[in-house]
Amino acid sequence: MREELLAVIEKNSRIGLDELAVILGETEENVLSELENLEKEGIICGYHTLINWEKTSIEKVTALIEVRVTPQRGQGFDKIAERIYNYPEVHAVYLISGGYDLLVILEEKSLREISNFVSDKLSTLDTILSTATHFILKKYKDHGTILSKKHEYEREIITP
Amino acid sequence: MTKELSQKVLDIKPSGIRKFFDIVSEMQDVISLGVGEPDFDTPWHIRDEGIFSLEKGRTFYTSNSGLKELKQEIVNYIKRTQNVDYNPNNEVIVTVGGSEAIDIGLRALCNEGDEVIIPQPSYVSYEPCTILANAKPVIIDLKAENEFRLKPDELLKAITPKTKILILPYPNNPTGAIMDKNDLEAIADIIIDNDIYVMSDEIYSELSYKEKHVSIASLPGMKERTILINGFSKSYAMTGWRLGYALAPKEIIKQMTKIHQFAIMCAPTTSQYAAVEALKNGDEDVANMRTSYNQRRRFLLNAFKEMNIECFEPYGAFYVFPCIKEFGMTSEEFATKLLEEEKVAAIPGTAFGQSGEDHLRISYAYSLDNLKKAMERLNRFVTRLRERKLNLLR
Repeated sequence: MREELLAVIEKNSRIGLDELAVILGETEENVLSELENLEKEGIICGYHTLINWEKTSIEKVTALIEVRVTPQRGQGFDKIAERIYNYPEVHAVYLISGGYDLLVILEEKSLREISNFVSDKLSTLDTILSTATHFILKKYKDHGTILSKKHEYEREIITP
Repeated sequence: MTKELSQKVLDIKPSGIRKFFDIVSEMQDVISLGVGEPDFDTPWHIRDEGIFSLEKGRTFYTSNSGLKELKQEIVNYIKRTQNVDYNPNNEVIVTVGGSEAIDIGLRALCNEGDEVIIPQPSYVSYEPCTILANAKPVIIDLKAENEFRLKPDELLKAITPKTKILILPYPNNPTGAIMDKNDLEAIADIIIDNDIYVMSDEIYSELSYKEKHVSIASLPGMKERTILINGFSKSYAMTGWRLGYALAPKEIIKQMTKIHQFAIMCAPTTSQYAAVEALKNGDEDVANMRTSYNQRRRFLLNAFKEMNIECFEPYGAFYVFPCIKEFGMTSEEFATKLLEEEKVAAIPGTAFGQSGEDHLRISYAYSLDNLKKAMERLNRFVTRLRERKLNLLR
């Protein structure tokens, strides 16, 4: 049940316990205890909403920042990653193989704020060698969901 | 013109589904539960392969019986799912949907006066195709109490010295019934004893929710007398690509290929290239779609239970076949009223044969949201019907 349960709620975290139980063919008690286990084990880390901010009047700017760092003895990249992810404006931090070390995703209200963050906070950290900031111009697809309006398919109403 | 059209064709009744479609197509805001095709788009990597083949200019005819590579993949697929060996060179033909395979298979086998046993409720084309092949349809009315499986005694009763073919449509459209290995074994001996062919329409084989589908061709002594029909429409959500296939002994495939070559030439080339990709790399897509269908299936069965509508648990295809007998209407009256009063389109069971009476075919090739709305409307409808009935009794 675990895998199927995760697949369902990854797409729809608002689904009711009763409905979950029906479509998984389980009892509500079983589903509930499995959900609690998954939360306890840190497998389910949160229930978020996917919002297409572009459609609101709220300004949001997202930047991807490639960061090259000097790993620290005994702590590798973890210490510097922690310094970065503790900033609330940092949306995500990933350790990356290849041309740079950390990928930082930042969400702010304006270009100015992102630029301030990079120059005042990020670049001034000791171990940071360089940063390269990329701004996201448009999100086509996010979390597996196509954000631009999908055309309606023209299926016949009745077919044999 | 004064000269008459073909009497045989004139005598064929138009599909019962068609009649219903004409009513629905003039209405607005209808929630449909009436389709017999997946709601998923064809998986992108399969579409991409079709597009790639077009870009490459692969727009020629293929050999009559299909692309060599595709025939090989089909044979591999049957080997890995059913453990039956077929020769890709002369025991498989790629057709325009499973429906063409049904047509040319019947035409290749039947002589005037041969009898073709058709268990019903079942897909709408078996009976007319049998008639067009100059054979005589012999209908078995399957029973709800057997969950619409074909039982040995029913088969025995239908067999005469003229019986040529048994059509075996499982997993079944419209009932969702399956025949598991035990059910098949129970009829296999009768088939062999009476020396008849089986046309096994396994187009829904991948949509089996209890255990893996077993083909009758995999039972001892059956391969040599079975025309196994399958295709890409239901399993890979590829209805519009029009691609199916038949596997059979080479003597039969040879004759089917003749009809196919003169009537069709070859199945669409783009679709054949896409289908190679589907068979090579599509297993995961099929598994994901099956999981989704299964969730919806459980949802609908639970909804019927809550509404107190009688419905056996179907383990195949993407249909449920609830019984609406308690409302005292024919399935056509019920479906028409449901459409008029609540704008929900479901297909009357009788569209698939007289034994579909008292039932409705409800498709779950729809999103859960869509199904939820439809069940709310259905609930309102049956509640009202029951109240009316109570008021009449008072």
